Amino acid sequence: MTSPSAGWLTGSLTRAHPLTTSARSITFTVPSWPGNDAGQHVDVRLTSPDGYQAVRSYSIASAGPGEMIELAIDRLPDGEVSPFLVNDLELGDTVELRGPLGGWFVWRPDQPQPVQLIAGGSGVVPFIAMTRAHASAGNSVPMQLLYSLRTPEDAFFRDELSQLAATVRTTWHYTSIVPPGWSRSAGRLTAKDLQRETLPPEKTPLTYICGSTGFVETVSRALTSLGHAPDAIRTERFGGT
Amino acid sequence: MAVFGGRRREDNPALPPGQHLTESFPVLSAGPTPSMDTADWEFFIHTETGKTHRWNWGQFLALPSADITVDIHCVTSWSKLGTSWRGVSLDTLFAEVETGFDFVMAHSYGGYTTNLPLEEILDGKAWIAYEYEGAELDPEHGGPARLLVPHLYFWKSAKWVRGLTMQREDNPGFWEEYGYNLHGDPWREERYS
Repeated sequence: MTSPSAGWLTGSLTRAHPLTTSARSITFTVPSWPGNDAGQHVDVRLTSPDGYQAVRSYSIASAGPGEMIELAIDRLPDGEVSPFLVNDLELGDTVELRGPLGGWFVWRPDQPQPVQLIAGGSGVVPFIAMTRAHASAGNSVPMQLLYSLRTPEDAFFRDELSQLAATVRTTWHYTSIVPPGWSRSAGRLTAKDLQRETLPPEKTPLTYICGSTGFVETVSRALTSLGHAPDAIRTERFGGT
Repeated sequence: MAVFGGRRREDNPALPPGQHLTESFPVLSAGPTPSMDTADWEFFIHTETGKTHRWNWGQFLALPSADITVDIHCVTSWSKLGTSWRGVSLDTLFAEVETGFDFVMAHSYGGYTTNLPLEEILDGKAWIAYEYEGAELDPEHGGPARLLVPHLYFWKSAKWVRGLTMQREDNPGFWEEYGYNLHGDPWREERYS
């Protein structure tokens, strides 16, 4: 496990690009960043000129050693921190970061089990880190992603995931609007979808689920009913924070 | 340079350092929500002498209960003020328990564990809660019953609790093994080890 650095580090915004109309990729250069495992998160602290501070925790989209970390932030309509990070933060601006945090919802290249990733919306971010770690390790353990989205425009990192398709296959699922000519109709993931599109219990996969509480509850319940052992399912939920 | 204004001014004295208010009730769990039938439910306290005190659901509900209104603080930085619960005080459950050990490991259905000093859960500081805001506790929030230790970060309030084992040393539980603080006092920001 990569252990957190002691206290807060200063990171400056080095790269930024939009992911969707409401989300942005932001990459910080963080001197003394100890590197991170795929799936870990980081606390980001903002300070206003009068000393008021706000802290939020975000999954890291990048993995491995080095002083650059990439976050992929979705702007929450009533958010306090995410609108600033998505709309306002400029190249060269600094924020404080603490981490990496969390040692449970991570994937390491020495894990032997096949891996099924299941993302709801912006819950894909830790899985981007996992697919990158898998690719950069040249890992031969089977890994695949089921990515549930409201509409095609909501996809994060679509091009990157498409380029990885030979080693990590992504199955796209749309709950509200499907692309033109799509063979399936829009709708929530069902137990039948999960049975068809995810690694079955016989392959003894480790399954990771990340999304809203409702998404994670529904998917994890369906997977246990399909015969997956509860201790072979790891979950991460994002709340209204 | 972009200047962060901060939309919410939360100089609320009830809010520990580094926390912000939430109106919702976010869920943090490591795995699937266990489905637990109260017919099969049991709560135990196991001591170093080998003695195990047990309550089934009916026996547990027959114990004196209390209405509790408390603030809760999650290590992921949200706080929720004035939450109301009903539950059984750990003082009631420990009334007949004799132990010389100073620490407990809480165990949950589903395998979760968390460690606590005994003195942090006695003297009116902790409960086994089974109602939230006047209704039975939802499974995703820890139902049928969860530990409620509101003066520590909320990962200490183990969901789906099934028992406490006395331990001599303060051995780490699940999140504590993954880098969270052994103690978890939000007022001292004891988030990580």
